[in-house]
Amino acid sequence: MTGSLLFQAIVFLAGAILCVSIAKRFGLSSVIGYLLAGVLIGPYVLGFIGEEGQDILHFAEFGVVMMLFLIGLEIDPRNFWNMRKSILGMGGIQVGLTMLLTYIFFSIMGFEWQVSLVIAMAVALSSTAIALQTIKEKGLMDTTFGSSAFSILLFQDIIVIFMLGALPLLSNTATDTAANEHGSTGSLIASLPLGFQTLAIILSVVLIVVAGRYLIVPLLRKVAKTSVRELLIAAAFLIVFGISFLMEFVGLSPALGAFLGGVVLSNSEFKHELESTLEPFKNLFLGLFFMAVGASINFIVIAKSPLTIGGILIAIILLKALVLFITARVFKLKMDQKLLLTFSLAQIGEFAFVLLSFAFQLKILDQETIDLMLVITALSMSLTPIIGLINERLILPKVGTKESIKRPMDHIAKSHKIILVGFGHFGSTVGRFLRSHGVEATILDQDSNRVDFLRKMGFEVYYGDATRIDLLESAGIAEAKILICAIDNPNITKEVTKLVKEKYPHVELMVRAKNRYDAYDLLNLGIENIYRETLDTSLSLAKDVLSKMGFRKYTLNRQVQNFIKYDEESIRRLAKEPKRGDEYIFKARKELEEQEKLLEDDFKRGIVDLDNHWDSEHIRKALNEKIEN
Amino acid sequence: MKKILILFAHPKFEKSRANLALVDHIKEIEGITFHDLYEQYPNFNVDVVAEQSLLDRHDVIIWHHPFYWYSCPPLMKQWIDMVLEFNWAYGPQGKALHGKTCLNVLTTGGSKEVYCSEGYNSFTVSQFLRPFEQTANLCGMMYLPPFAVMGTHNLTVEKLTEYAHSYGNLIELLKTDISVEDSQGYSFLNDIPKLKQVKL
Repeated sequence: MTGSLLFQAIVFLAGAILCVSIAKRFGLSSVIGYLLAGVLIGPYVLGFIGEEGQDILHFAEFGVVMMLFLIGLEIDPRNFWNMRKSILGMGGIQVGLTMLLTYIFFSIMGFEWQVSLVIAMAVALSSTAIALQTIKEKGLMDTTFGSSAFSILLFQDIIVIFMLGALPLLSNTATDTAANEHGSTGSLIASLPLGFQTLAIILSVVLIVVAGRYLIVPLLRKVAKTSVRELLIAAAFLIVFGISFLMEFVGLSPALGAFLGGVVLSNSEFKHELESTLEPFKNLFLGLFFMAVGASINFIVIAKSPLTIGGILIAIILLKALVLFITARVFKLKMDQKLLLTFSLAQIGEFAFVLLSFAFQLKILDQETIDLMLVITALSMSLTPIIGLINERLILPKVGTKESIKRPMDHIAKSHKIILVGFGHFGSTVGRFLRSHGVEATILDQDSNRVDFLRKMGFEVYYGDATRIDLLESAGIAEAKILICAIDNPNITKEVTKLVKEKYPHVELMVRAKNRYDAYDLLNLGIENIYRETLDTSLSLAKDVLSKMGFRKYTLNRQVQNFIKYDEESIRRLAKEPKRGDEYIFKARKELEEQEKLLEDDFKRGIVDLDNHWDSEHIRKALNEKIEN
Repeated sequence: MKKILILFAHPKFEKSRANLALVDHIKEIEGITFHDLYEQYPNFNVDVVAEQSLLDRHDVIIWHHPFYWYSCPPLMKQWIDMVLEFNWAYGPQGKALHGKTCLNVLTTGGSKEVYCSEGYNSFTVSQFLRPFEQTANLCGMMYLPPFAVMGTHNLTVEKLTEYAHSYGNLIELLKTDISVEDSQGYSFLNDIPKLKQVKL
């Protein structure tokens, strides 16, 4: 019954949809939902998924790879370099101290030193998948907690390479055969002498950086020019698969390679396009990964010795939490950030599965120990969201040191995010003026040639179709204050504004309109800030004409402003009228006549009544009348 | 309780340390309308009808501005030129402002000492403010001496905060009771005894 691929897909998808929507309804993270789904469809409850759980786990690790690629995309290389201290410092302290304490703990429990050391290595690693997914879901990536957690996880991703390399040295039996059985280490590096291993690592890193610049970006430009949407998806996958393959080939962690690839591409114009393309796939793969973890919890092992497992599980979580708390203390995090870090990284991560099974192949661990540790790992991962929930609901409210720094009189806030869509003649003028005031907008444009050119000129422009909400999302619309729509095509403008208004009503829309009729449509969509591209320019010309005919410039200036005011009022009145053939034409004509009359009146009265400022004639008249009376 | 309208004119408000401090302190006080003219009329196109109706709704009018070349910034003069119309604010039928109270709140870079016949500015602040005084008089308003923050170039943050608080107290005082008698013999509202009694 479990044989067919289609059937398996149905089981996974149905399980995910059911459990995740239930978890979300109770306000829990989607990770819990996926894990529950895994348990549910796994061998011990419904039994839809059997032994193949492990294979699926390996396959689904691709979700982690994609996630790191996407995280890399969001990290500017300069920021990455700035983070080196916290990566090495926090990561170093966390891994070192956790390994030490775990080693002591398991040695006391009577395990052999090799076994204790392997377990210590596995325990020191936290789950990038769970922790980062939760952090991103809660939008905490930009907090000190977020970046600290990220630094530690990144360090772990790097250190795991060395751990895998060191395992064969711990083995008493012949290492070569065992090593070759394992995919991720039985490759190029393991077969090289030590010096060349380092060289291979450096070379592959350089290869990614160089390929990113000179191969991937030109490739994407070519693809973008074809305007075939699915080709971009294919290209995105090709990049991630390619990097993963290269990394596995030389024996590095594919996740680390993907992260590096992401960082290299984070400066390119395709950043948001890649993000929005891969995001849904990443989430699905990660979901699969969590389900596989849930399915791999061996309830028979738990049933055999529930107390031992419970005891070790609690001991490990407490121990990891303690080390994280100390690390956070050393780096002087605020109390609430400290607690968040402590509880979000206290689990054993997915790399433990890899390490443990490799150690099992090397015969360092026996069947009993590996079963025990796999169960503990899976359980600790499943517990993370629950621990996080306890921290969030019960502990944090009591600590209550929310990071709130009162900034002294900050009258011009430059930090507000602005998205500028369309960077043609109109949009670029807007962008240049904003930029001259130190306000950098995130710019989106659909013309890949122009994007390429503008980037050479130093503008931060991204390629992409703004009518796709996911692209706007990866450009950061959720945090944006203003979206400027400077698109040439009125239909696309309407589509974009409608979409944004519906999904992100908090974003203020400032929209270019081609003419009156466009303006009517936009007004009817509920958009207040409309800028007709022909209005100011034509009036400015008309003003100059009149000036050449002898009218005084300041008076004309005031008249232009009055004209605009009347016109804005009339356009708002007219927009409400239904547009039905003659009736509309009649109304419009009436309105135009009215406007003409207003202006005429204005001009006639202008000097005498309405615009009588700086003019003593009317006062003289009024006074004379009085004398005559 | 009297309603207070603060007409504020500063062409570069964002760079004025003294005025940022003063305005930040009084902006949110209940019962006042803070009207930032340069923000409202960047094109000097003052909406006369709207301004007149605003004046109708208030009892105390404050011209709050830096003291540029012994006078106010141009937009405030523009405001006076346009809003205080013949036969509305003055003239045979112009009684709209009668009985209201009016005063200047100003900041000067130079210290009080240079504003006197011996100082290099030759005249006192009150003498320079004569056009404002007479404008108020012509419109039938009661004109009070100015509240001035002087020597802003050398003010410490503490001293500035003190001035801001004093401005806030003045507004409380203007809301309830203040008359020409209270300011008799004083060149600046800063110094009147009644202001020192306000406890907030």
